[in-house]
Amino acid sequence: MLRAEHITVRYGEHTVVEDLSFRLEEGQWLMLVGPNGAGKSTLIEAIAQGVPYAGTFLLEGRDIRTLKAAQRARKVGVLAQKNAVGYAYSVEEVVGLGRYAHTSGFLSAGDGEGKARVEQALAATGMTKLRHASVLTLSGGELQRTFLAQVFAQNPQLLILDEPANHLDLIYQKHIFSLIRDWLRQPGRAVLSVVHDLSLAKKYGTHAVLLDKGRCVSQGETGAVLTQDNLARVYDMDVYAWMRDLLSQWR
Amino acid sequence: MKTTDRFSRRGYALFVLALLAAMLLCICVGSVSIPLSNTLTALWNTLWRLPMPQGVSANIIVHVRLPRVLNVALVGASLSLCGAAMQGLLRNPLADGSTLGVSSGASLGAVIALVFGITIPGTDYGGVMLMAMAFAFGSLVLILTLAYALDRSLSTNSIILIGVIFSMFVSSAMSLLISMADEHVRSIAFWTMGSLSGTNFKQAALSAAALLICGSVLLRYARELNAFAIGEDNARHIGVNVRRVKLIILIVGSVMIGVCVSIGGTISFVGLVTPHMTRMIVGPNHRKLLPASLFSGAIFLLLADLVARTVLSPVELNIGVVTSLVGAVAFVAIFYRTRKAR
Repeated sequence: MLRAEHITVRYGEHTVVEDLSFRLEEGQWLMLVGPNGAGKSTLIEAIAQGVPYAGTFLLEGRDIRTLKAAQRARKVGVLAQKNAVGYAYSVEEVVGLGRYAHTSGFLSAGDGEGKARVEQALAATGMTKLRHASVLTLSGGELQRTFLAQVFAQNPQLLILDEPANHLDLIYQKHIFSLIRDWLRQPGRAVLSVVHDLSLAKKYGTHAVLLDKGRCVSQGETGAVLTQDNLARVYDMDVYAWMRDLLSQWR
Repeated sequence: MKTTDRFSRRGYALFVLALLAAMLLCICVGSVSIPLSNTLTALWNTLWRLPMPQGVSANIIVHVRLPRVLNVALVGASLSLCGAAMQGLLRNPLADGSTLGVSSGASLGAVIALVFGITIPGTDYGGVMLMAMAFAFGSLVLILTLAYALDRSLSTNSIILIGVIFSMFVSSAMSLLISMADEHVRSIAFWTMGSLSGTNFKQAALSAAALLICGSVLLRYARELNAFAIGEDNARHIGVNVRRVKLIILIVGSVMIGVCVSIGGTISFVGLVTPHMTRMIVGPNHRKLLPASLFSGAIFLLLADLVARTVLSPVELNIGVVTSLVGAVAFVAIFYRTRKAR
């Protein structure tokens, strides 16, 4: 579904992502893993055409650069890491904008399908009750769920999520991750996400790309990538021992 | 908290009534006060080319006050619409032609056209208007480039900083022009302080045309403006052609500001105050905010013009002085509120 070929991103002299290639097939959930500054969010912004890059992203065989913005948005939905709203829009208005790429013009308030999608998205993220609330009054988790609902309303084939667990309490972490896994069961879909919590990455990811300072250290099936050796090299600590130590607190 | 209470047809009807009332008030009140019945008779009879009854001063109503009121309403509506669009586009409630320095840039263009005698043959204001538009757009591009270089998120602080620096630059350029050509001092004062006194039907027709064309374009982009107001990255993610839409809105906004400045000089803060107040009534959704801002801008500027004409009568204040007084206070209030919200 998505092929990244020799992607390089530079900010001035500083190389953030260097010569990165990977493939994401239908039905896969690819986890981008790596320490802070590894280039994960930058890579996501590059796919979303938010930063200039060298190399090519092929979406179903077509260079993503050649797609129009709305065409791209019908196929690829992006949840950014930071979402802040400056004005008092209602939750429903923000979620409804997810339908932008599917409708056009001033008068087309929304297709019938669009309304249903918005309802579904609000319900799935538990935001139906808060639909008329101003986004300025929401908690961090509620805001995160609002933007997640927007991406669901957008109904893309490829979901790109930068830290979807951000600000979410445990109940919603579990709920949202299960939701995304269910979403993925439909044919023709795939997920690419940045996750800092390695346990979540291991539990939900089918595949992983381990990044360090913009370079790929390892990629493949999650189990083969997130090995003790690989993680020790990238994080410069015994990750396995630390994870077991954390877990032992619950015995 | 409910934010977007339905702003319905009744709301627009109220806006229309308030606008008509403000227009009639402004025609009736002035150095010579005219009874409402006489005003209505004069307007009605002129419209249908009926003979004027005794004792009705049709001349002052139809040839002095009516064109002025039309110009004030149209300029107010245009500036307010521009302000609403800019505030959405830049996701900043303090963005506006005057705070950004676009209006003063436009008036610099107009003054340069005057001082150096730049004209377009066969037109009265063509040279001035074209220079005002070109300088408005140039200023906008320059200011945004500088602000982006400072920080990509276009924060309130950097916008204000750049606006202040640019306005200082423009005022020194104006001083330079004044010392080079002091016979133009009076007209330069007009451009910097703004006035719609003595404007005619031709100018009203011109700003009506500009408002009709540019306003339709801006209304067409209401959804995109909502997306920008939520965040430029988010707009890109949901499929807005960010660069194209931004460029179109900035060009259209500059044209409108250029036309307004070439008719009435720099009238500050209208585009800041009225969209802000309107947003409090109708909510931030641009589908309602943009049309509602048209009305509120027209009403606000009509009342400001009324104050300018009457408060020190027989001396007439420049309208820009009145809007700046009101606007500066509102600016401080909004600034403190946005800072607190952080």
